[in-house]
Amino acid sequence: MTPAVEVVRVARRFGRVQALAGIDLVVRQGEFFGLLGPNGAGKTTLISVLAGLVRADEGSARIMGHDVIGDYRAARRALGVVPQELVLDPFFTVRETLTIQSGYFGLAKNGDWIDEILHHLNLTAKADANMRTLSGGMKRRVLVGQALVHRPPVIVLDEPTAGVDVELRQSLWAFIRKLNTDGHTIILTTHYLEEAEALCGRIAMMKAGRIVALDTTQNLLSRFAGLTVRLGAARVPATWQARVLRSEGTVHFIGLDRYDELEDLLRALRVEGIAVEELALEETDLEQVFLRLVGSGGDPAAGTGSGTASRAAVAGRSDRTVGTGGAS
Amino acid sequence: MTALRGGWRTLLYKELLRFWKVSFQTIAAPVLTALLYLLIFSHVLEAHVAVFDGRVRYTAFLIPGLVMMSVLQNSFANTSSSLIQSKLNGNIIFVLLPPLSPLDLYVAYVAGAMVRGLTVGLGVFALTVWFDPSTLLLAYPVWVLAFALLGSCILATMGLIAGIWADKFDQLAAFQNFIIVPATFLSGVFYSIKSLPPFWQALSHANPFFYMIDGFRYGFFGLSDVPPLGSLMVVGAFCAVLTLVALALLKSGWKLRS
Repeated sequence: MTPAVEVVRVARRFGRVQALAGIDLVVRQGEFFGLLGPNGAGKTTLISVLAGLVRADEGSARIMGHDVIGDYRAARRALGVVPQELVLDPFFTVRETLTIQSGYFGLAKNGDWIDEILHHLNLTAKADANMRTLSGGMKRRVLVGQALVHRPPVIVLDEPTAGVDVELRQSLWAFIRKLNTDGHTIILTTHYLEEAEALCGRIAMMKAGRIVALDTTQNLLSRFAGLTVRLGAARVPATWQARVLRSEGTVHFIGLDRYDELEDLLRALRVEGIAVEELALEETDLEQVFLRLVGSGGDPAAGTGSGTASRAAVAGRSDRTVGTGGAS
Repeated sequence: MTALRGGWRTLLYKELLRFWKVSFQTIAAPVLTALLYLLIFSHVLEAHVAVFDGRVRYTAFLIPGLVMMSVLQNSFANTSSSLIQSKLNGNIIFVLLPPLSPLDLYVAYVAGAMVRGLTVGLGVFALTVWFDPSTLLLAYPVWVLAFALLGSCILATMGLIAGIWADKFDQLAAFQNFIIVPATFLSGVFYSIKSLPPFWQALSHANPFFYMIDGFRYGFFGLSDVPPLGSLMVVGAFCAVLTLVALALLKSGWKLRS
């Protein structure tokens, strides 16, 4: 079967920055695929290449078998993109916005599908409101709607839930899940790692324009099934500084590969005379995999990584609430 | 497949809707401006200026000049402001993501701007004609139409190029204030270039706007500073060159796709 998305050795440089350094990627039809990475990793550039907004210096990209340059009409018809920026045309109402977007794809009589989109995105009551009057979350949902007007087989969402409140995020994901179940291929970039863990069947992690890990979410989790120690102490032993995944005040999260390393850690604490206020072992979640792959210390890119890490940590917590709500 | 190729029509519709929703500003205001020009200039100069050897009243001479000036300026304003707004807003992406070809984009943006320019021109004519109803008797309506269409197409295309080029409103304002406005004012809207000293006459011949207005005026009175066929060829060639430039820019994705 033709892959939904096929990216072959795609490279792109902006001035001195190598935004994409030779990406190879195949996303199969029907997948729910996650694209993770810190800011500046190249996620949005990669999506822009797929959408024809950015041209690759090298390599090629195909959507449902259609080259994004050579056969751009077919490629764009097969692709729906929810951009990261919250953009809108202030001249129009919600319904006008969707009708016009539909028309750009040559679909004149699309009212029924637009009604359905409005319904699923909880926008029916706002259909005739001007775009300017909408809240941030509503604008975001209109953007999702605009990406769906031409029923594209492949849907790319670039951080779609940023600024959308918890309840709406849930209904948005229910809708996206339904689209996936109906056969649409979904590609998602997000900073909410729990979101990716819960939704995506397969995940690519990007760093500095490269894919550093590409596997099923399950495999990623088990491959990095190391342990995380939650240590409450004034400081971390000098020899263990490099193993710190993140710190929140005096609580430090330290990655272990094996149980017997715990003994080494305890010895180091004793030798340096550090008082332990709290010590606990935690299971690996995607956030820790992510931090180990793209966010740990020692690398120049870790500067951006740590920023993302703290953001991801915050997001992770708020998302945990969502996760519980969804399960009950 | 063919049914799916009509995206440009929606973009044209959107462009029309865009200026129509703010028509007070995009149509009524420029009509009023042109009317003020007529009131002031015709009042002050009617008794002092003889054009076409006195065969046409100055007020009558001024009317087609003002109509064409309004057509040109508003055609430019429509494409250029639509594009810069979309670029600054970021909503240009809505036009870049669908399968619209460079020709689709060109036709839709330019046709939308031509409708705006011609609508304003008609509005100006409908009001100014009362100051000299004899101008209603067009000598050669086909020439009037040909120059109105070509002139609005040229300025709409220039606005498209300027809108693609500009990153900020003030760059666009500079383009408008330092190129478009001087070129229209120095093109014989308010005078016959025959009344100018030889140097300025020669310079006017290098101004494509002069041919647009002179040819347009020929359609009204059957009189012009230079032969209308020559003007038509100059204007037609200018339009063709600009169109090719605009299409090449759209195809390259310059400033729109990186």
